[in-house]
Amino acid sequence: MREGQLARTPLYAHHLQLGARMVAFAGWEMPLQYRGIVAEHRAVRTSCGLFDVSHMGVFWVLGPRALEDLSRLLANDPRRLRNGQALYTPMCNEAGGMVDDLVVFRFAADRFLMVGNAARREADLAWLHAHAASEVVDATEELALLAVQGPRAEQALQPLVATDLSAVRRYWFVPGTAVAGVPAIVSRTGYTGEDGFEVFCPWDQAAPVWEALLETGAVPCGLGARDTLRLEAGYLLYGQDAGEHTSPLEAGLDWAVKLEGRAFIGAQALRGLREVGVSRRLCGLVVEDRVIARRGCRIRKDGEPVGEVTSGTWGPWVERSIALGYLRADLAGPGTPVAVEVRTRTVHAEVVRLPFYRRVA
Amino acid sequence: MEVVPEDLRYTTEHEWVRMEDGRARVGITKFAADRLSDIVYVELPEVGREVRFMEPFGVIESVKAASDLYSPLTGRVVEVNGRLRDQPELVSQDPYGEGWMIVVEPADPSELERLLDAGAYRRHIGEG
Repeated sequence: MREGQLARTPLYAHHLQLGARMVAFAGWEMPLQYRGIVAEHRAVRTSCGLFDVSHMGVFWVLGPRALEDLSRLLANDPRRLRNGQALYTPMCNEAGGMVDDLVVFRFAADRFLMVGNAARREADLAWLHAHAASEVVDATEELALLAVQGPRAEQALQPLVATDLSAVRRYWFVPGTAVAGVPAIVSRTGYTGEDGFEVFCPWDQAAPVWEALLETGAVPCGLGARDTLRLEAGYLLYGQDAGEHTSPLEAGLDWAVKLEGRAFIGAQALRGLREVGVSRRLCGLVVEDRVIARRGCRIRKDGEPVGEVTSGTWGPWVERSIALGYLRADLAGPGTPVAVEVRTRTVHAEVVRLPFYRRVA
Repeated sequence: MEVVPEDLRYTTEHEWVRMEDGRARVGITKFAADRLSDIVYVELPEVGREVRFMEPFGVIESVKAASDLYSPLTGRVVEVNGRLRDQPELVSQDPYGEGWMIVVEPADPSELERLLDAGAYRRHIGEG
């Protein structure tokens, strides 16, 4: 894609002003980092980071059949939601492969907001239009999205809102509030493994919210830290660790697949897979030495190829070389020693229980 | 303004060479180290290995990506900076000093003439 064709969020100029290194990501020109990935990663683990994630796909599903439609589209069960509550869910195709993974917010039985991956915006929309009778509205470039993440997130955000944030539980949201005077939706969600909030606000009013959050001490963070944070937290990245040819059961999302008494697209395939058992599973690997096992590295056991790395990095907080990869299911148990081919070397690794990092409450 | 010492030679791939009594000490420039940032691992050859002009002699890994290191000269590796194994961050902290990578005994010192001088390197990185 040519640079001239990249979309920009309303905070583009702010990123440049802060000295961000910009990169092309899913058709958008986004900040990779400001001060450095490790420094930003640590800011989120110890204090509070601020991410512009306005590039993510945002869709409204509206109308009297909204709940029914979503029940038929989502692997997790949206009927469990109450107004003001959010849910993480895979959305599957007939074969049980993942169209995307999303967070669904229930405003009312006839009004839901969905947030999916930037790279899946068109695919999600096409899927929703094809399989939902409800009105589906692409709000990606109407609602900006800022993520305030870290143990001090509540402290950073509270002075800017009238709502008592301490009363907002994890995966709940406040549909109508103002942040720094800007009308917003504030949810206690995020994808960093930390406590935190996400703020939706009108596209053209994102700047004052961004500036106010920086003033309360939030550290600007780019996509680089977002990737290392989610990996330490054991969260998958769609397109890398999961896709149309992987099922949520293989990707370790069993907990987000509700099959009992339900008929959603892909349920039959997933039911069959659950009965016979998956042949491969997404696992966490800790790699010996500082060498990084990156996407595409082959995993071997006793010389035999048994899997492949899908994401790998140096974990800035856990200070270890960590990776996610698909492994033959019989080898997926924690403690299994394996070998990973990194360039010309073969390095030892061990399967570990995910996540690599867990926040101490 | 980027730090580009006058007494070194440079590759277009951002390695530097310092000649010391006929031997060549090699590292990467501050420009490259800053661009990589968050360096977490440096894979270097063993002493005795032959390296070739502008062919990879090792790999440097940052949190985001792995990049090849290119040898500015043909020759034999006579010294390797073992400290980088546990302290790869030295490359960022002191790229022209403690962060050096290998020392090469050049087979053909005239290859030096094919490398950039400080002025040319500055222009190469848009600082000239």
